[in-house]
Amino acid sequence: MVGQVTDPAGGPSALRHAEEVMGTVVSFDVRGGEPGAVRTALEEAVAGLHRVDEVFSTYREDSQVSRLGRGDVTLEQCDQEVAEVLASGAEAERLSDGWFSTRYEGRIDPTGIVKGWAVERAARHLAASGADGVSVNGGGDVQMYGVPGPHRPWRVGIADPLRPGGLAAVVSAAGAAELAVATSGTAERGAHIVDPRTGRSAVTDLVAVTVVGPRLIWADAWATAAFAMGSRQALDWLESLPDVEALLITAGDEVRCTGGLAARLG
Amino acid sequence: MHTLRRRSPLRRIVLASAATVTGTVLLLSMKPHTTPHIVTAAPAPSGSASVPAGSAGSGGSGADRSRGSAAAGTKTVTGDSAPTRYGPVQVRITVRNGKLTDVTAVTYPQENPRDQEINGYAVPQLRREALAAQSADIDVVSGATYTSQGYQQSLQSALDSMGG
Repeated sequence: MVGQVTDPAGGPSALRHAEEVMGTVVSFDVRGGEPGAVRTALEEAVAGLHRVDEVFSTYREDSQVSRLGRGDVTLEQCDQEVAEVLASGAEAERLSDGWFSTRYEGRIDPTGIVKGWAVERAARHLAASGADGVSVNGGGDVQMYGVPGPHRPWRVGIADPLRPGGLAAVVSAAGAAELAVATSGTAERGAHIVDPRTGRSAVTDLVAVTVVGPRLIWADAWATAAFAMGSRQALDWLESLPDVEALLITAGDEVRCTGGLAARLG
Repeated sequence: MHTLRRRSPLRRIVLASAATVTGTVLLLSMKPHTTPHIVTAAPAPSGSASVPAGSAGSGGSGADRSRGSAAAGTKTVTGDSAPTRYGPVQVRITVRNGKLTDVTAVTYPQENPRDQEINGYAVPQLRREALAAQSADIDVVSGATYTSQGYQQSLQSALDSMGG
């Protein structure tokens, strides 16, 4: 959709790109590295996301996941990634005590974990190509590696769900070689988070949950589960997870954080 | 009747918010519509004026569309005039060293008192919100998942289009 050169003052060259895929837009910001290698890696990462969409989309009748759900194919007949993602989904379900689920109306639906997994993988692929800094934003869920420039960490604005266009906080990746920031909420698409216990839209006092951790696959799943739990249970649960910090915003415009989040606020 | 009168300020605020959203959409719709290929380049030597991002776009008619200022690293880009339900709106942004430093509405509806009332609130609000995000010096934005359409109105879209 967009390919653009930027000129960060004094920093390494930047390669930016926004790709419409998986029902959203994925924004890439890659700093430094050998330009040819980075460009090739970006093209591969983008192709990888489209492939994920083809294999995993529950909106496509002919996707492997749709066919698996209908029983037309077995798990063994699907790409190896399908088993990998479903196993991660099962792990998230176990660690969230069932608040995260990869089933919807009785059908296999790994949608909740696919995007985080795919965006993290795309970012990792770019980092492996020799880039100094990588930021990949999959529709509001971000995986970062390295740094955007000398003496400067990645800085992530957390959109304020109650003040469109404004920021609720800024998270800095200072000191972290890898960092993910994922947000679940109702602000953009209305109530789309389902309580796996009732099968209905989650009844929650939250309007947004932002989870900060090393890997997007988990940060994204924890944000989804925490949102469905509601603020009180979510905060206790998030505190219990290692390497995870979180920011919760309630419908009453109250902000609650895990104990260690302050160290990440920029 | 008194009830109705008392409610009217609220209605004004709602209208103002709607106008703010429109303003933001317009700002973001200035994103240059270049071909979808990927480009990369080394940093430009300092002291040289960068090429305005909008100049590569298609469809704009000549001089109005974008102007690069003479100052080092400063770009001023004027978007196309866009029709809205309130009338035509055109926005100009100034980017200095990769940072958004100014947002000005060049053309906006001001035919009747209500337009002027809304603009008195919405134009500064658009400016404040765009600048607040920029002054936070952020690279990327996390928020509730947007659709492809929602992206067009997102702060992430603004960051992508500015190359900030």
